[in-house]
Amino acid sequence: MTTTGAAAARRPVDRSPTRRENTGISDGSASNHGPETVLLGFTRALRAAGVAVTQDRAQGYLAAVALLGLDDQRATYHAGRATLCASPDDLARYDQVFEAWFGSRDGLPRTRPAQQRTTLLSQLPQSERDGDADGETALDDVVRARASDTEVLRHRDVAGLTAAEKQRLAAMFASLRPRAPQRRTARHRAWHRGDVDASRTLRASLRRMGEPADIAWRRRGVRPRRVVLLVDVSGSMSGYADALLRLAHRFTQAGRDAGGPAGMVETFTVGTRLTHLTRALRQPDADRALVAAGEAVPDWSGGTRLGETLQVFLDRWGRRGMARGAVVVVFSDGWERGEPTLLAEQMACLHRIAHRVVWVNPHRGKAGYEPVQQGVVAVLPHVDHFVAGHSLATYAELVEVVAGA
Amino acid sequence: MEPQSTRVPVGDPDSADDVAARLRATGYLCDDALATVTFLALRMQRPLLLEGEPGTGKTALAEAIAETLGLPLVRLQCYEGIDATQALYDWDFPRQILHLRALEAAGASGLAGADDGPNTVAEAEKSLYDERFLLARPVLAALQQSPAVLLVDEVDRADDEFEAFLLEVLSTYQVSIPELGTVRASVPPVVVLTSNRTRELHDALKRRCLYHWIEHPGLEREVEIVRSRAPEVSEALGRQVVTLVQQLRDAGDLQKPPGVAETLDWARALQHLGTTELDLATAAATLGALVKYREDAERVRQSLERMLT
Repeated sequence: MTTTGAAAARRPVDRSPTRRENTGISDGSASNHGPETVLLGFTRALRAAGVAVTQDRAQGYLAAVALLGLDDQRATYHAGRATLCASPDDLARYDQVFEAWFGSRDGLPRTRPAQQRTTLLSQLPQSERDGDADGETALDDVVRARASDTEVLRHRDVAGLTAAEKQRLAAMFASLRPRAPQRRTARHRAWHRGDVDASRTLRASLRRMGEPADIAWRRRGVRPRRVVLLVDVSGSMSGYADALLRLAHRFTQAGRDAGGPAGMVETFTVGTRLTHLTRALRQPDADRALVAAGEAVPDWSGGTRLGETLQVFLDRWGRRGMARGAVVVVFSDGWERGEPTLLAEQMACLHRIAHRVVWVNPHRGKAGYEPVQQGVVAVLPHVDHFVAGHSLATYAELVEVVAGA
Repeated sequence: MEPQSTRVPVGDPDSADDVAARLRATGYLCDDALATVTFLALRMQRPLLLEGEPGTGKTALAEAIAETLGLPLVRLQCYEGIDATQALYDWDFPRQILHLRALEAAGASGLAGADDGPNTVAEAEKSLYDERFLLARPVLAALQQSPAVLLVDEVDRADDEFEAFLLEVLSTYQVSIPELGTVRASVPPVVVLTSNRTRELHDALKRRCLYHWIEHPGLEREVEIVRSRAPEVSEALGRQVVTLVQQLRDAGDLQKPPGVAETLDWARALQHLGTTELDLATAAATLGALVKYREDAERVRQSLERMLT
């Protein structure tokens, strides 16, 4: 997405508008472009690359460049970073598009491989491929993992269901009504019994010129707790990815319907990378949300590096506060390609930070299942609830577990 | 685009390099990008939104800007549940009551006739909502004192509703108090918002602001920072400390990599112990200044042996 947008929009531009050369202009208007055209074109390319550039941001950019002077490339660069970007993810895209738009390198297409953008999302070691080749992994999984590093987006069938059944199931997801777990707040609310609300009582009496009157009461308020969903989209979970994302979408929508503040339900996919999906899932329409999510996730059906992605989650989001006091639900089968000790360590850390950790394993509800995989063994001591998650009925149970957490 | 600068405090900086030089004079060392963004924020009169790892100097920048421009710094620390009465203004009820009682007492002793009653009542009421009974909280204080630097610290901790309220103030730089009227900043204050990214801020708020992500500084810059912030630490020790910290940070296996603040703490701690050259024993004994997790401390202790021997 990013690369095509940037590459299509690429046009060599010299910094100084007075001595620009017209080479490789694609839209036919090969004559002189004013500086505004060049800069606004740049903002458009940036938008094509996925940075949410709005009109007022673009105007702010022009104003900033005007202040700093057009002749200074470095200043143009910093001005754009300040006015057009809004998160660290944007910064990486910005750097790429800036280089493509203003860079003086010759030759198309750009030589930088497309994967570089996404590696920013996680601390993925380069040895990913080597790690897969050795060891005890099934051949099937090796093939899947290999295909994933070409970053091909794959849309999967739900395992064991025909298309008609799947459609029916999708409609049935609407029947799930997730409720947010509650927590008590530090602030009090007026109530008809409870503790004496001294300040309200006094204020009421002040309104009567100091005459004592009714006693006001108060109690601690309640607020919804944050729910964080971590969905494993690796190869071994691919049969469930569709259903789990639908479930995550239900959670997100229920959080909105209940009028809770935005960000009460956060969704990430884990696999070989960590991807923040909350924004994609905010669309009310489930199918559209799933398409948006599908486009956002670069590592469908890849390998599992649960420990490492969990570490990325904790470092970039969790420890800062997103997981603090939250109910964290991890959907995974515990097939861990990396070190189980790292996974155990990260889960222990997550367990300390979060209010409750729920582990959902699609295999748990199946006959003859024993939690013997390395990953599952490693995480079980650090989990509050270990529940099944292979059918709609188990998801309904999960909804209850989360609401009561 | 806002109308061009009406703010003329003590020598407005005229370029990004000028900003960098002035900040440097206060002991705050910043790179090109940060200097440029700060310059833009001053000239475009837009709030500056700083994000970054804890301990990278987000709050310190606001302090440095205030010092550079010779403006008072008004700080609003955000927390969960903060609301307008804690950010804007509140009425001083006890004093208002005291005032009322005083009026009452004066009225009783003076035996003022009942004929001028309504007039006195209206006046007494009016005198209750006088500016002297107004408790100015940080935002209002910044508007009243402006030009000033308003630091809204850790805005991600506040609730969404508070963000909306902040947005309103930041777009108009005015506050209306029903009993008094509108307070408007004669000169918009310099606003710096910091966030640790515990949650995404709302787009509308971000759009109002200039955005900057503060990275950990490089080796040379961090050495410089240690030199300027903790001049009592010897150059050799400072360099050794920074080199070690940078290695730990790059290794990337710590739960909470040490920030610049921790580097400074550690250097000072070592200085207090009279260390001139870092050795394993003192380093291990003072680790508490650098890392704040037990797992991290163990990891660092192991890697220290590797690094120092």
